[in-house]
Amino acid sequence: MANWTLTSLVLGTRTLRWPRHEDLPLGAIPARLHGLTDEVVADERPSSGEAPIWVARTATSQGPLPLRFRHSVRVRFVDTGANGALIGELRLIDAPPYNLHRFGIFITASPRDADVLLVAGPVTKAMRGPLLKTYQAMPEPKRVVAIGDEAINGGVYGKNFASAGGVAEVIPVDFIVPGCPPPPAAIIQGLLAAAGQYAVTDPAQSLVKGAPVGDTQ
Amino acid sequence: MNVRTEWLHRLKGLLPGHAILDTGEWIELCPPLAALRETAITLMEAGGCEFASLVAEAQDAGEGWVLRYFFYQPEAAILIAIHLPIAAGAVLPAISSPIHAAAWHEREIEDLFGIPFQGYPFLGDYVLHDSIWPENMAPMQREFDPRQPVTGSGIGPDWQPRRLLREEGAIAFPVGPIWADYNEAGLWVLETSGEQIYESQSRLFYKYRAVEKIAEGQTVGRVLLLAERFNGSAAFAHAYAYCRALEAFACCQVPQRAQALRAILAELERVRYHAATLAELAGSTSLAVGKSMLQEVEEQILCLSGQLCGHRYLFGLCIPGGLAWSPAPAELAVLYDDITEITKSLNRLERLLVHTSSFLDRIEEMGTLRPDVADLYGVVGPVARASARKIDLRRALPYGAYVNHVPVIPREIEGDGYARLRLYFAEIRASTTLIKTLLTQLPDGPVITECPMVAGSALGWVEAPAGGAFHWLHTNDAGRVLRWHIATPGARNWHAFHRALEGAAFQDFHIIMASFGLSVAESDR
Repeated sequence: MANWTLTSLVLGTRTLRWPRHEDLPLGAIPARLHGLTDEVVADERPSSGEAPIWVARTATSQGPLPLRFRHSVRVRFVDTGANGALIGELRLIDAPPYNLHRFGIFITASPRDADVLLVAGPVTKAMRGPLLKTYQAMPEPKRVVAIGDEAINGGVYGKNFASAGGVAEVIPVDFIVPGCPPPPAAIIQGLLAAAGQYAVTDPAQSLVKGAPVGDTQ
Repeated sequence: MNVRTEWLHRLKGLLPGHAILDTGEWIELCPPLAALRETAITLMEAGGCEFASLVAEAQDAGEGWVLRYFFYQPEAAILIAIHLPIAAGAVLPAISSPIHAAAWHEREIEDLFGIPFQGYPFLGDYVLHDSIWPENMAPMQREFDPRQPVTGSGIGPDWQPRRLLREEGAIAFPVGPIWADYNEAGLWVLETSGEQIYESQSRLFYKYRAVEKIAEGQTVGRVLLLAERFNGSAAFAHAYAYCRALEAFACCQVPQRAQALRAILAELERVRYHAATLAELAGSTSLAVGKSMLQEVEEQILCLSGQLCGHRYLFGLCIPGGLAWSPAPAELAVLYDDITEITKSLNRLERLLVHTSSFLDRIEEMGTLRPDVADLYGVVGPVARASARKIDLRRALPYGAYVNHVPVIPREIEGDGYARLRLYFAEIRASTTLIKTLLTQLPDGPVITECPMVAGSALGWVEAPAGGAFHWLHTNDAGRVLRWHIATPGARNWHAFHRALEGAAFQDFHIIMASFGLSVAESDR
């Protein structure tokens, strides 16, 4: 019989100290965030040792949740046509290296219990209804974080009969996290922004290098 | 070419009076419409063939359709196609009652092209859900404009799932399309009269993004972006299959070094994919420490990919003519060392998992896909190989570096969750061994050659992490895509998934699903 308790104790603490300390491993920050072959890699990592700014506010953003939510946020995830890579990155946000729970942010099963709606995918026709229902079932105050290029403007799929062309076409979006797929640290940064633990002051403050795929026709 | 000539003669003997020709890429049969079903059955039963893909497209000139039924003979490594031009309005005989693997292909063609089939038990409400889409919509027809919104709507909340269980007190229990955690959108209707699942249906295509439709008229480079992104978790495999189709009709000889590096990246993706599946499997049985440790290995592989190639999921690396990645010797040394370390961690985790009786209790004799059922549905990939099927395109239709480096292809016979667990670990070992072999024997030279833009069509295939994937690509001389069709391992295996649920208890549903390791995004497209 394997002794998992002892095994895990021997391994010790496995969580990164990011974002307080700059210890994200090299590959945790992809140089080509949008996955394009000829993507311009402007600066791989700022010299001051800070992680990149991934999250951006939308023009219509309500800003972060009120102060009392700061260290207790419940998140509901809805997949509206996301690709498997994004789902893979999402599954890692509460894995040991990133450990989402230390920020007081938890994934919840019920929209009635949720403060933040995390949405990925271009919003397919069949998921439009379920997404709307989820949003309407959430109590106020609530915030929406759209993750991935497809959720922002439809990405490679654009706007057509099958895809709405982004989450903002269906429900109001407060924060966007670009990337195809955004790495776990970027998704967490988006959630921290909604929780008010990460300040994104200016809607124009988008230091994301390269354009999402949908713009490069 | 001995085997090929021999098979050409054999096929002529099996199908007397048929037009049979060798196109170089595949052996083409042109039976009349009435003989389609007989021809397909002969190929499967007397010829020992496997069903690969079914591609429909509009005829280049005039009304009507061209259908290509692809098969392959795994022992002889021969691709065989039934070429069938039909007039608009013709009714096709369904081949899926004898050849079950083709069933969802036919359903899809009926739904998206509006081509009628005869002899299929139930059609409709497949890709285009009756609840949201209007009747008689056929988006894959050429004149359908994807940019225009669809007018009209479906039947809405009146839609009810088909009920199969007729028993007093029986209920249909829906799981999805929104899940309690990060699962992908999809609906599973589980029917029960008590504790056990007696019947179940997978309702997919909640994530239908019409990638094959929006690819029409786009440049081949832009469609490559779609090929990588529609699934994402097996991005390199699909980009590889897509590029192979393009290189086949452009007669582009990919340099040896690129062939070897492509195999290395494809195997790296397989290791990562299986590690993620194993993490989900451990998580589904609430083995939290096991899940965490497997996730750490997954993150390690992702970081390795990100560090070496600039992208964690290997996007933008495989391009027509070779690779957009030319690693320095130091980078290859990092890859070799990390792979050694990753293998060690995973071997250790396997030892821990197979000595955890509480974990084994949940997966042994659980979600069994019997070998005869696996054969009937023509399942592919690790799920097939855990159910005694010897199906792997790296050996059945070798390509690229796999021609000279056939990996060890493990096999289990029980077909239960435990067999799949052992198989994933065995495949990881085989893949890491192959990566190391290829790294030590890496040829020198360029990693890219020019791939000319020519009009043409071809089939490209790879053994993706979840099983064989076939990409059919047809382009015009302006480098625009006329038709792109993907036969995914996801769709093939979801078709058989409900057979593994029969008799399982409700709480085992997640475990069985995790042990299959399938992507919904891949099958929904």
